[in-house]
Amino acid sequence: MNQEKRKLKKGISRRDFLKGLGSGALGTAMSTHLIKPASADLERQEGNLPLLPKKNISFVLNGKQISVEVEPGESLLNLLREKLHLTGTKRICDHGSCGGCTVLINDQAVYSCLYPAFKVDGKNVLTIEGLAQGEKLHPVQQAFIDHDAYQCGFCTPGFIMATLALLRQKESPSLEEIKAGLNGNICRCGNQLKILAAVKALASIKGGQP
Amino acid sequence: MKPFRPEPDSLTYLKEAGRQEGKAQEIIPQETRFRYIGKKIRRVDGSLIVTGKAPYTQDFYFRDLLYGKILRSPHAAAEVVNIDFSAALSHPGVMAAIKLTEGRIRYIGEPVAAVAAVDEDTAEQALKLIKVEYKVLPFVVSEDKARQEGAPQVLDSPNVQKLFEYTRGNIKEGEAQADIIIERTYRTAIEVHHPAETHASIAYWKDGRLTVWDSTQAIFSVRDQLARALNLPASRIRVIKKYMGGGFGSKLGLNDFTLAAALLAREAGRPVKIVMTRRENAYCLGNRPSTLITIRGGAKKDGTLTFLHMKNFTGGGVGRGDRCSEPLMDIYKCPNVLVEEYSVFTNTCASRPTRAPGHVQGTFALESFMEELAAELKMDPLELRRKNYSEKNLGDTGIPYSSKGLLECYRLGAEAIGWSRRNQIPGERKGKIKRGLGMATQIWWGAGVPGTLADLKIYPDGSVEAICGTQDLGTGTRTYIATIIADTLGLEPQDILIKIGDTDYPWAPSSGGSQTTPSVGPAFRDAALKAAERLKAIAAKKLDCSPEKVQIELRRFVNMDNPEKAISFNEVARELRRVTVFHGERGDLPAGFAYNSFGAHFAEVEVDTETGKIKVIKVVAAHEVGRVINRLTAESMVIGGVTQGISASLFEQRLMDDNEGRCVTTNLLDYKIVAFSDIPEIIPIFVDSPDPRINNLGTKGLGEPPRIPVAAAIANAVYNALGIHPRQIPMTPDVILTLLKKEAKP
Repeated sequence: MNQEKRKLKKGISRRDFLKGLGSGALGTAMSTHLIKPASADLERQEGNLPLLPKKNISFVLNGKQISVEVEPGESLLNLLREKLHLTGTKRICDHGSCGGCTVLINDQAVYSCLYPAFKVDGKNVLTIEGLAQGEKLHPVQQAFIDHDAYQCGFCTPGFIMATLALLRQKESPSLEEIKAGLNGNICRCGNQLKILAAVKALASIKGGQP
Repeated sequence: MKPFRPEPDSLTYLKEAGRQEGKAQEIIPQETRFRYIGKKIRRVDGSLIVTGKAPYTQDFYFRDLLYGKILRSPHAAAEVVNIDFSAALSHPGVMAAIKLTEGRIRYIGEPVAAVAAVDEDTAEQALKLIKVEYKVLPFVVSEDKARQEGAPQVLDSPNVQKLFEYTRGNIKEGEAQADIIIERTYRTAIEVHHPAETHASIAYWKDGRLTVWDSTQAIFSVRDQLARALNLPASRIRVIKKYMGGGFGSKLGLNDFTLAAALLAREAGRPVKIVMTRRENAYCLGNRPSTLITIRGGAKKDGTLTFLHMKNFTGGGVGRGDRCSEPLMDIYKCPNVLVEEYSVFTNTCASRPTRAPGHVQGTFALESFMEELAAELKMDPLELRRKNYSEKNLGDTGIPYSSKGLLECYRLGAEAIGWSRRNQIPGERKGKIKRGLGMATQIWWGAGVPGTLADLKIYPDGSVEAICGTQDLGTGTRTYIATIIADTLGLEPQDILIKIGDTDYPWAPSSGGSQTTPSVGPAFRDAALKAAERLKAIAAKKLDCSPEKVQIELRRFVNMDNPEKAISFNEVARELRRVTVFHGERGDLPAGFAYNSFGAHFAEVEVDTETGKIKVIKVVAAHEVGRVINRLTAESMVIGGVTQGISASLFEQRLMDDNEGRCVTTNLLDYKIVAFSDIPEIIPIFVDSPDPRINNLGTKGLGEPPRIPVAAAIANAVYNALGIHPRQIPMTPDVILTLLKKEAKP
């Protein structure tokens, strides 16, 4: 029976069975059904929500123009990780509260888990993958290595992007400005002081491209 | 790649290992100098991390990959009467579904079933289509309520069960000898690990062999547990973990979703990936269990402890919680001790080991008690600790410590914080904002595991590979492996290719309990020493001298008697003629000694008596962990441990809704973790003295130690500031205000 079923399913594309419910990738979808009776969810699903169209968008990603089809309600984080497999941008809280998924959109730091993918149409997106020039690291990246400004490294891409945005806004931020600028990022290993040291050392370096 | 250079300001650690006693032989080789060990070495894999290329488990994608999701119970206690998968299985894109429950549900979030589908959205939709019929039962989630008569029974046995007991001497005698006796009760809240990288597994079957990519601290445990669960030979399972975004104890064993991924992958004939959400991390993947610890103890007028009696009720949900009495049994000289520990079961998920399990809570209670006892005795709290200093374990009644640098930690820490500035009488200073100083002692194990294996491969072209099935949790395992080999063979750390995190490699223990460095480090040191011996013998022939006269320098071998005569590393390696593997092993621990690490934290705080807010000004963290291998990463480890400790002391607690049985702190906004603005100056200090017999490097583990005494040091500083001890963590403003109010109204 399973063999048969598998055969059946293989012919169906993703497009056919997505019911236009929007993406669960915004994280809390999973949680909500856990605490409600299953029947309520079934009713909601059968309640004929309008099918929203997918959208073709085109934007500059790490210096290259790309075109891609996105789902309504799909997050930029989902687009980057699940579709484009740019996995340097990390999903940590999936809730806009940790900064792990920070990318730059037109030079502004943005939590990509909360940012609708379709809204990057026509914009300029920079992720951690776009920083180094071949083997040559960006000064922010090098500073993180020199100061051991990480432990597990999972929050590091988000911190580096937030640092870059901070330095592009202000070339020499004060200690308080650095703290304020990075307060939206969480380092669970507790390495904030090392990160602070790295960013302090960078504060005199001109933000932007090396 | 930039040429590698050690930090110029690094110290060299040439100290002879002193304090030898007992019969055991000195096993540290007579090193005249290390080139890298003990210095600040940047991570060899730093560029992978900062470019986002370091592959964490959830970053892997495979062709035909399916996505799994777990259906979790919405009831805290229930019987699963029936599960109907038919609607879910006929949903387009759903490839497999399995049942994960035996029928009895004991907490919200307990796995009931799992599905695999072509993408995450479809898998989530399918979960909603699984029809589960529950018979809902009464539950209890509060430890206090679970202890009451008539509370709903969580397991098939009583809610309160003996966990551990210990006795030495006779506390009645101790009571008779005491001039002062006090009794205090301390509470610690449930704290959640929340590693940055949520748990994840990818399972995949090929030719009857299962391969699992897992975010785990223990690849070999996962393999062995999977083998038992699937009734497969362990040789047919391979577990891989390349990079991990923190674990802190929450990723030590086989997870039910990992087993589910394996079962779903077998069922569907395709690889299955299951990534936990942040929410799942918050309420169903373990935590640090709560404690309610009462200590009654007495001392003579001069501070000599005469007895300690500890009672602990630990709340680990459906798990047994933590034994918290080790510090009390061990640290201080005390002839009469009685320990009674009890598990209190509730309808919440089982606790898991959390960075220094039991020691964090036990130290908070013990060290707070010592502070309060010192005040009763009108003694300097540090002097009280020195007065009861022990040379042997079990409160000076057991075997001698192989090395113990605690007195040095006390001295250096007190000096760095300016201990004499503390309030001589707690709370003596006036004003709205009050300052205080406090300290606490730490003990942990961390000797490493004998039998850890490591292979060192040298190619005839001079390239070198280090292979070991250990894990890097983010602590810098790869870097110290490279450092140790480079130091022994005259290479640079960047020269060594490190291969770890695969059960196809030689065995290493799980990475928990501060045992990775003192297990893996000595194994590689052993392998490298064997390689050095062989290479020296080859070089000796070329240099016309005896092997003893061959000196290893950077990338070359030199005839000591005739320094003009030298041969390069690569030329010597060529003479090996084939790829040669040198097997290293971490040797046995000499018997008759106790192997522990020690430390002392000193904290300075400011308490706002109007808002109840505690501001930590400074923490000095002095640690003795034998020889420090990499000072740069060791400092990060200490700063990280203290920062996590501050977070738990001031903010973190998992909160439950007693009526619904549900966790209410399910995201990183409701569950507050420390951010920049709350982190003070942190000063790591190392008492760097190699242990004379613990292993061939004289090194102990550092993972847990810096996490242990933080809360007690901060609470004691609050006591010093206010004259009121908070006696609980987290010390949130409402706790402080309530205490101040109580004090004001006698």
